[in-house]
Amino acid sequence: MEKEIYLDNAATTKALPEVTAAVVDALENNYANPSSLHRFGLKSEKILKNSRKTIADYLGVRSEEIIFTSGGTESNNLAIRGITEAYKNRGRHLITSPIEHSSVAELFKALEKEGWQVDRVKVDQKGQVDLDHLKSLISEETILISIMQVNNEMGTIQPLKKIAEIIKEKNPLSFFHVDGVQAFGKIYSNLGEWPVDLYSISGHKIHGPKGIGALYIKKGIDLKPLIYGGGQERNLRSGTENIPAIAGFREAVRKLPQLTAEENTDQKMAELRHYLFNSFKKIKAVEINSPESGAPHIINFSIPGIKGETMLHALESQGIYISTGSACSSKKKGSRIINACGLSAARSESALRVSLNRNITKTDLDYFVETLKEQIDFLKLF
Amino acid sequence: MYDLIIIRYGEIGLKGDNINDFISQLVSNIKRATGDLGDFEISTIYGRIFLYAESNKIEKIVDRLINVPGIISLSPAQRFRIGKKVADFNEQDFEKLKSKVVQLFKAEVRNYPTTFKVETTRADKSFPMESPELNRELGAEILREIEGPDSPLSVDVHQPEHLFEVEIRRGKIYLFIRREAGPGGLPVKSSGKALLLLSGGIDSPVAGWLGLKRGLSLSAVYFNSPPYTSERAKEKVIDLAKVLSRYGGEIKLQIPYFTEIQQEILKKSPRRYTVTIMRRMMIRIGNRLAAMNNELALVTGESLGQVASQTLEGLRSSDEVAEFPVLRPLITMDKNDIISLAKRVGTYEISIRPHEDCCTIFVPDNPATQPKLDTIHFGEEDLEIEKLIDRAIEKMEVITINEGAE
Repeated sequence: MEKEIYLDNAATTKALPEVTAAVVDALENNYANPSSLHRFGLKSEKILKNSRKTIADYLGVRSEEIIFTSGGTESNNLAIRGITEAYKNRGRHLITSPIEHSSVAELFKALEKEGWQVDRVKVDQKGQVDLDHLKSLISEETILISIMQVNNEMGTIQPLKKIAEIIKEKNPLSFFHVDGVQAFGKIYSNLGEWPVDLYSISGHKIHGPKGIGALYIKKGIDLKPLIYGGGQERNLRSGTENIPAIAGFREAVRKLPQLTAEENTDQKMAELRHYLFNSFKKIKAVEINSPESGAPHIINFSIPGIKGETMLHALESQGIYISTGSACSSKKKGSRIINACGLSAARSESALRVSLNRNITKTDLDYFVETLKEQIDFLKLF
Repeated sequence: MYDLIIIRYGEIGLKGDNINDFISQLVSNIKRATGDLGDFEISTIYGRIFLYAESNKIEKIVDRLINVPGIISLSPAQRFRIGKKVADFNEQDFEKLKSKVVQLFKAEVRNYPTTFKVETTRADKSFPMESPELNRELGAEILREIEGPDSPLSVDVHQPEHLFEVEIRRGKIYLFIRREAGPGGLPVKSSGKALLLLSGGIDSPVAGWLGLKRGLSLSAVYFNSPPYTSERAKEKVIDLAKVLSRYGGEIKLQIPYFTEIQQEILKKSPRRYTVTIMRRMMIRIGNRLAAMNNELALVTGESLGQVASQTLEGLRSSDEVAEFPVLRPLITMDKNDIISLAKRVGTYEISIRPHEDCCTIFVPDNPATQPKLDTIHFGEEDLEIEKLIDRAIEKMEVITINEGAE
């Protein structure tokens, strides 16, 4: 068989066999609508309930605080739009960061056009939010702050608890939304105790199915829905529940490592990342963009002089699949997020992202590093 | 509503003795362009081509035919059958005809106020009513049936907005009101063979199409530079070739391995001249392929002054190595015009997919716009040109693309 080393797990992951089995089982055996009154419908409702509970338990919150959505993008949209629509009379000021996922960044751009005042908190070269700046931005007018926990390109981890505390200290009435899509299952979050109000997660980043996600909404917060209809998901997300995907999502969450305040990252993944990080340090041409203490699955690096996409295709020809900073068009040079971190154009244009999963072996990583070195020699002409 | 399309051809009418060859070529091209939609009956009569099809397919066929070279214009039409003998056309038949005419008019004319005129061609002189009488009666009927304050409609015999045509031929009456322009030109394959330098951009597929429009049949060459270019960039070119093939028949897409050449140029030539020298290498490969395929010209998408390499100096430097005439159908066209053509031909949406081809990846920040021949010659000195070309062609992939019937 041809070699296939998939190192693009921040983009999406392969479903676990247990996940696939649960999806198939639901499609074949539990296909009734959970809203149907017959016993068959009840079986589907149980899947829904169990899945909700598994996710709530993992996050340390109540079942009724979890709403299923179609994925991270919808969760982010529901959280942000839901707050701005429901609480627009409280104030017109919003805060976000310049390195958010496009489902947050583009929405804030749209809100700006609609007349909202949006501030973007400064980040340093590693993508770390400037806490003093954040503090200075929050005012009485601020109704929502949205900051991601782990950046999808850099792997930078924000100090969630600290940020949440700063927010609540400056303006206890404002809401704090966190895009937790890249952090979920990899970085410990105690949503039950931390003053985080909304938290977005996605199934397919943790070996679950695509097309399923969830939003944690702290009890007592009213959101205005994006989608109207049959009133499913506490009226917040109408539409027949995606039971097969929800069943699969549950299996994926059950396989996540149990994280604690002490062991707050996925150790197995962190060790792999550490191994790769050290191998990178030994390659002269490689400049690492990610912080050493970043999320356990992401390393962003540059090889100035070789376009990111060129290296991507070169590695692809050897069976290795990684990602450029983000899909870049020829007009917008380099990655929006890398640029926001203030890295040089040469570094931004050549940025690449490796993202791991728990099943990658050190042998795979060795092969990757060796191939990378070969391709650098092949492609580096100046 | 419609059951046939009347297709008019232009220039090929001038070709004297060869006319039948041209017409049968055009018919076969029409069949190819519509092959995936069905196998339609086609007849060539009265200096025109009639294509018969089910009414629900007519619009799709029209969309294809307006891009088939050699077609000047076409009209979706309705056929009205008169009983056994034309001379027997009676009052009852006339009532039926009138209602068909009104129906067709109502379906096609939606914006009022407007003007119209009915024009009858009575080729079959045994038809009992004369043309002026028919024009008058049918026009009056339309006016009677379509009225009301919101739809003022009047007859304008000099410059009507809608010309309703009635043609009476051999026992049949053809009704039509629309006239769609075709591209004109000559049927593909009537002017010989050429090699198209095809990239994933907007221009070169349009150049190819214009070549087809002047009757060329084409093969294409795409310069592939993995890993500088991706699988998807290649897929894009294949999709573009498929669109061209819909109009131009089978296209052999030749994909030489260009990576080594580009690397050699980057290593050994002056930075500002890399694009110029790369273009010359492309032309040289084109020379080889055209000779192998018995083609007599190269076709490129260059437009004067559009980018740094498309200056007169740039073109001269390409032509210096060309062993065949280099046809540049877009040479004086503006980008906007090229884009509209690309949209019409159906290549635009494919061309704007965001995958880079070898040209965009290799452009230096400051390319020479007025490359000097002696500097180019100097810059090429260290390149083993013939060997590089040999290897690029040795590793060449060839894909035969044939969209449509036959």
